[in-house]
Amino acid sequence: MATCLASRSFAQPALARGFLGASSVNNVMKNGISLHNVTLAYRGHPAVHHVTGQFEAGSLTALIGPNGAGKSTLVSAIAGHLKPVQGEILFDADATSHRPDIAYLPQQSMIDRSFPVRVRDLVGIGAWQHIGMFGKMDANTQRTIEQAITTVGLRGFEDRHINELSVGQMQRVLFARVLIQDAPIILLDEPFNALDERTIHDLVHVMEHWHQEGRTVIAVLHDFHLVKHHFPESLLLAREVIDWGKTADVLKPSNLERLRQMTESWDENAAWCQRVESSGAIHTHG
Amino acid sequence: MIASDDMHDFFLQPFIEFGFMRRALVACVALGLAFGPVGTLLVLRRMSLAGDAISHAVLPGAAIGYILVGVSLPAMGIGGFIAAALMAMLASGVARWTSQKEDSSLAAFYLIALALGVLLISLNGSSIDLLHLLFGSVLALDTDSLILIAGTTSVTWLVLAIIWRPLLIECFDPVFLKSANGHGALMHQLFMLLVVLNLVAAFQALGTLMAVGLMMLPATAARYWTHDSGMLAAVSSTVGAFSGAAGLLLSYHANLPSGPAIVLVAGVIYLISLLVGTRDSLRLKWWPTYKHREN
Repeated sequence: MATCLASRSFAQPALARGFLGASSVNNVMKNGISLHNVTLAYRGHPAVHHVTGQFEAGSLTALIGPNGAGKSTLVSAIAGHLKPVQGEILFDADATSHRPDIAYLPQQSMIDRSFPVRVRDLVGIGAWQHIGMFGKMDANTQRTIEQAITTVGLRGFEDRHINELSVGQMQRVLFARVLIQDAPIILLDEPFNALDERTIHDLVHVMEHWHQEGRTVIAVLHDFHLVKHHFPESLLLAREVIDWGKTADVLKPSNLERLRQMTESWDENAAWCQRVESSGAIHTHG
Repeated sequence: MIASDDMHDFFLQPFIEFGFMRRALVACVALGLAFGPVGTLLVLRRMSLAGDAISHAVLPGAAIGYILVGVSLPAMGIGGFIAAALMAMLASGVARWTSQKEDSSLAAFYLIALALGVLLISLNGSSIDLLHLLFGSVLALDTDSLILIAGTTSVTWLVLAIIWRPLLIECFDPVFLKSANGHGALMHQLFMLLVVLNLVAAFQALGTLMAVGLMMLPATAARYWTHDSGMLAAVSSTVGAFSGAAGLLLSYHANLPSGPAIVLVAGVIYLISLLVGTRDSLRLKWWPTYKHREN
């Protein structure tokens, strides 16, 4: 994968290429993610319970499940914001827990929308990994930023402040920032929530292009229709893995029935979980 | 030429004639310049109240220095610095450690600090000392104080120039900076250290009660004029430096205490901005334009 900002795969406006240009990054990236008996907990209660499995390099996976299933928790752990109480998360790059660059797009509410920052600057922040504290926004970077803004359909909005944007426009801006980040792994937490059809259509297009470029993409979703049509792989989570594999297999009626039976409540007096497959803290069985 | 002579007498004569006025002017302009970006960042981070609490914490620290050593800038400065740094840590930690709302805890802290400071000084000094510590004595600054203030301003601008980019990102999207390994926590701590340093440098000139006024009022006023982070810092630096100079002249000609005069000038600028500013001001709210474009 090209590390130089100027030679990015999206250096040409992606829309002009119709997102069809075959990418060379596919066979170079080693960007799989493997989970080994991962348990994530809040105050001793498991939000995600003994998850083992593999996001293949270059896969596009929908992470689905009911509210409270631990989807956001799992994604934020992969991004490195939460330590597993048990188990480990390994990355293909060198099969260690060392994290490669990850573009993580949390739910929108995490950003202070009243902060005085312009679209161009917010998108430009995506270049942090490449320019850091002192690096110069050179002409190439500027051009790449403008192209990313064009790709997400916001040409002409470069100098708007983010508090003047609609929810959909803001999400387009954040997708443009992910474009600039140029990361081998992309994590999206409910990226299409509360968006109109056209915005979803455009952003799904951008996401599928990342898939074609060989990036590993994981998106938390609720819309099964989107999942069926755009995601080859699915992970169905209800604190534990219900099913993980080809989307058509995962979305079968018996699985969906199991989902409906999942309870959101915690049992404060549940026994300590004895499924200790490797050393680590014990936690309450939900 | 009479008008010109009057102008000269009014604006320049006090500074030409009196060394203490010149030193006060240098101190106020330097503090105003440094307070601009620091206050702006505090406002942007919604930490105005934390600035207040840190400033009040200087008082008991300086009081302890005063009790131990007497009137000594290094002793009172170091005492104030330690107390303010402790308060900064408390202020940063309280949001993380408890789920209580931050503002009530900060209000509690600064009331405790203020009461403790007043108590310590009353037990060991005269009421004159207390007034000096609370409201400052900008007309009695010696060279050491000036060096501390000017040095603080230089350090503030240098450090901010270095960490401005990550600091701004950390303000509005800390999750991103964390993902990108941008050392957000370190940037935040460095910034809080600058806040502490600035308020300690200012306490002798403006007093622990007034210093935070010159830090927050210009920054709050600037929000009614511009929406760009760099411009916010520039506007509030200008307002701060201007308030310093204008407040000194006001206190000289009207024979008013200088610290409150400076803060009042800043306060008037804030009120004017609130009323007639070009962004979100009351003028725009009360008399909105009903014209709109076709697209």
